[in-house]
Amino acid sequence: MRKLWIALTFAVFALLLGAPLVRIAMGAWEEGWDGFAHGLTRPEALHALGLTGTIVVVVTAVNALFGVALSLYLVRAAWLGPRWRNLLNSIVDLPFAVSPVIGGLMIILLLGPETVVGGMLGSLGIQVVYALPGMIIATLFVTFPLIVREVMPVLQEIGSQQEEAAATLGARGWTIFRRVTWPSIRWSVVYGIVLTVARSLGEFGAVLVVSGNIMFRTQTATTLVYQDVENFNLTAANAVALVLAAGSAAILLIMEWAKARAAHH
Amino acid sequence: MHVEVRGLDKKFGSFHAVKDVSFSIAAGRLIGLLGPSGGGKTSILRMLAGLEAPDAGDIVFHGKRVNDLPPQERGIGFVFQNYALFKHMTVADNIAFGLEVKKWSKSQIKDRVAELVELTGLSGFEKRLPHQLSGGQRQRVAFARALAPQPQLLLLDEPFAAIDAKIRHELRTWLREMIDRLGITSIFVTHDQDEAIEVADEIMIINQGRLEQKGSPWDIYQNPQTPFVAEFIGESTIVEQVSQLRGFEAAEAWPGTKGLIRPEYVEIGPPGEFRLLSATESGRVGRLHFRGSEWLVEVEVGGVRLATYRSLEKEVLKPGDEVRVLVHRAYLFNDNDSWIMENKLKEDSLYVQI
Amino acid sequence: MSSTLQSRWWGWGFRSAVMLYFMFLIVLPILGIYGQSFSSGMRVFYENVTEPLAWRAVTLTVKLALIATAVNVLIGSMAGWVLVRYRFPGRRLLNSMVDLPFALPTAVAGLMILLLLGPHSPVGQWAQRLGVSILFHQPAIVIAMVFVTFPFVIRGVQPLLEEMDRSEEEAAYTMGATRARTFFRVLLPNMLPGVISGAMLAFSRALAEFGAVVLVAGNIPGRTMIASVYIFGEIESDNVIGATAVSVILLTFSFLVLWLVNYLQARRKGG
Repeated sequence: MRKLWIALTFAVFALLLGAPLVRIAMGAWEEGWDGFAHGLTRPEALHALGLTGTIVVVVTAVNALFGVALSLYLVRAAWLGPRWRNLLNSIVDLPFAVSPVIGGLMIILLLGPETVVGGMLGSLGIQVVYALPGMIIATLFVTFPLIVREVMPVLQEIGSQQEEAAATLGARGWTIFRRVTWPSIRWSVVYGIVLTVARSLGEFGAVLVVSGNIMFRTQTATTLVYQDVENFNLTAANAVALVLAAGSAAILLIMEWAKARAAHH
Repeated sequence: MHVEVRGLDKKFGSFHAVKDVSFSIAAGRLIGLLGPSGGGKTSILRMLAGLEAPDAGDIVFHGKRVNDLPPQERGIGFVFQNYALFKHMTVADNIAFGLEVKKWSKSQIKDRVAELVELTGLSGFEKRLPHQLSGGQRQRVAFARALAPQPQLLLLDEPFAAIDAKIRHELRTWLREMIDRLGITSIFVTHDQDEAIEVADEIMIINQGRLEQKGSPWDIYQNPQTPFVAEFIGESTIVEQVSQLRGFEAAEAWPGTKGLIRPEYVEIGPPGEFRLLSATESGRVGRLHFRGSEWLVEVEVGGVRLATYRSLEKEVLKPGDEVRVLVHRAYLFNDNDSWIMENKLKEDSLYVQI
Repeated sequence: MSSTLQSRWWGWGFRSAVMLYFMFLIVLPILGIYGQSFSSGMRVFYENVTEPLAWRAVTLTVKLALIATAVNVLIGSMAGWVLVRYRFPGRRLLNSMVDLPFALPTAVAGLMILLLLGPHSPVGQWAQRLGVSILFHQPAIVIAMVFVTFPFVIRGVQPLLEEMDRSEEEAAYTMGATRARTFFRVLLPNMLPGVISGAMLAFSRALAEFGAVVLVAGNIPGRTMIASVYIFGEIESDNVIGATAVSVILLTFSFLVLWLVNYLQARRKGG
């Protein structure tokens, strides 16, 4: 009986996860090494990959900083009443429930060229929608909960006593954070960062809507794949997709490693 | 450091944790805050430390009002119930923490840490991490860490609650000696009577946010000032009609007054054991419980069931035995007043003796 | 009073910056879309929502998301069980692979499924021979949804199975219960909260999925166009009001599910 379940599980994994991965790897080489190389090194692909990279770096850095800070406030701050904290707590999870397309739509509604804020920024020469800033904001929105949700439970679990002890010994805010709090949350933050990198790398729907998918200007790796598929240029799409998949697999390995370290803390 | 507290008050939401508490502690004394769980003792301690802010009242250290000072600046050492050791630092680093914050020089820190490690009997464990230590060892690290920056006031929150019974006893003695040697003003919170009595110079009984009584252990035992204190300390029986007992007939004069009788107030035994036989009355032995160092004897007397201790040295009693019972005194209390009433027959008998 | 946050470093300015970031990034956009959808009045809103294609898109999405969730409950519970309870070579590998859909871009997932089920692939040809249409039809949508939400039920079930006390099982055996009965009466109830919360998260995600589905669905209005693709289409056609109206429906539905998950989890912890 046992063997049956194990075999079935292997079958599920092979069919659902394994087969697609293999297929992508094979598909990229359908037109041989040249096809793959061309799909990957054509100018629009390089630009798109570069843009994706930029977004990943910016979004991860910003959300790491604000995410950790917000987690501290939501768990430790006494100046926030408990009702406020519960409310904010529930709000943190909202981006998970929002479809990426809707996420992009919200950015357009708030910061599009016809809106108040969008217009203001536009006259200052800063374009938000259909440009990089909008794409970054959309990705910030979508990845926002990831780090917060990793850090908050850990902060709650370790309790504030060590921090109080440090205070009675004369340490102040930054010292307490650096020497007492951070060592405890370090790996959870790393895990959260890895999740954020993976998500911002792969973000598609929100970015597609906000960017307008303008080649060489606002096209990311994922929206390039979409464009290729729409144009029936499957081999090229495959090449870029394979790079993304390989990146994701690498991230996945790092993810599992960081998760294990975080659980050990 | 002399500590004074005036009119301390604290609410958590609708829960009134501390109600108008005032007390004064002389420098160098070791004070125990004793009382049932949830009574407010830890809240008082944390307010002294600056970890909570009082809603009203003043906290004065050595003549200076410290309400507005954060814990960092109050010159205190705090030992937490669950040690709160820095999990990622070695024993030595834990102890050194407060000194590094104060920016002592490396060599000064090294010397002081060595001194404390020696003092707390942790030699050889400096490089260990907290999870590699036993409960007793962790608690000693917590002490060492709190003492390192030479605080003026040492605060301990149920320091032995999480420790095995046998080690607890050793640690208590060790703590008492340590504090005597260092002469630091210390306040510790406990819900364990024996601990408070054994360790503290003075005890403050805290119940439901109020300070019931402050005094030496002996004082509190002998002269409980409120019914709660009388009942909380030691084991006792409440008697509705004290006048039923021989020698306490005068209690009739105060209707509605109940009596509280401690085991120590009651003496029982066969007639031959008593000098003042005329003051005794007849009683019947109920159940007996062996308590390791003595017997706990239940005795039915004057329509009331009392409990008392009986030494192992004396003749062993059996359930159903008829014995003589002498109730030396009773603690009487009603809504307005409370006092100790001696057995009248003891006084009269004395006259007869002469 | 938290001592970590008392010093000047964490002063008033930084504190405000963090809260403002939170407000502007999360709260404002969500309020904005609700506000915008009603800004042209209730009637316009109603018209846009009850437009047949919009409504078909929403019901189709819900139906397919339910099917995908059901599939995931079955295979996810089984996989979670196998991964926790049994030891076998390759277990660690499989366990790591579970998170693959979290790590992979959805568009890449869509492409993978497209290639795997396409007319030139073995599966596609086999399906054609049998007269069964998968790609560009509803089955493909379900497959895409299952792929993307695969980890949720597994990761929901695993912690519960791991922390479960073996002694409950052993007690059942000592009282004469068979393995089957023990499973249904002792183990399954313990797993159930994890299955349910995982299923609800999976459902919520499946409702919202865009990237993987848009490449494999065919997106024929009324037949294989799910809500998120419909919204996308409306945005491309500049019908912002139509897009916001349907968005609000989808959002509200997702929020309700999310709220329900939180509520159930809180109840489980509290009770």
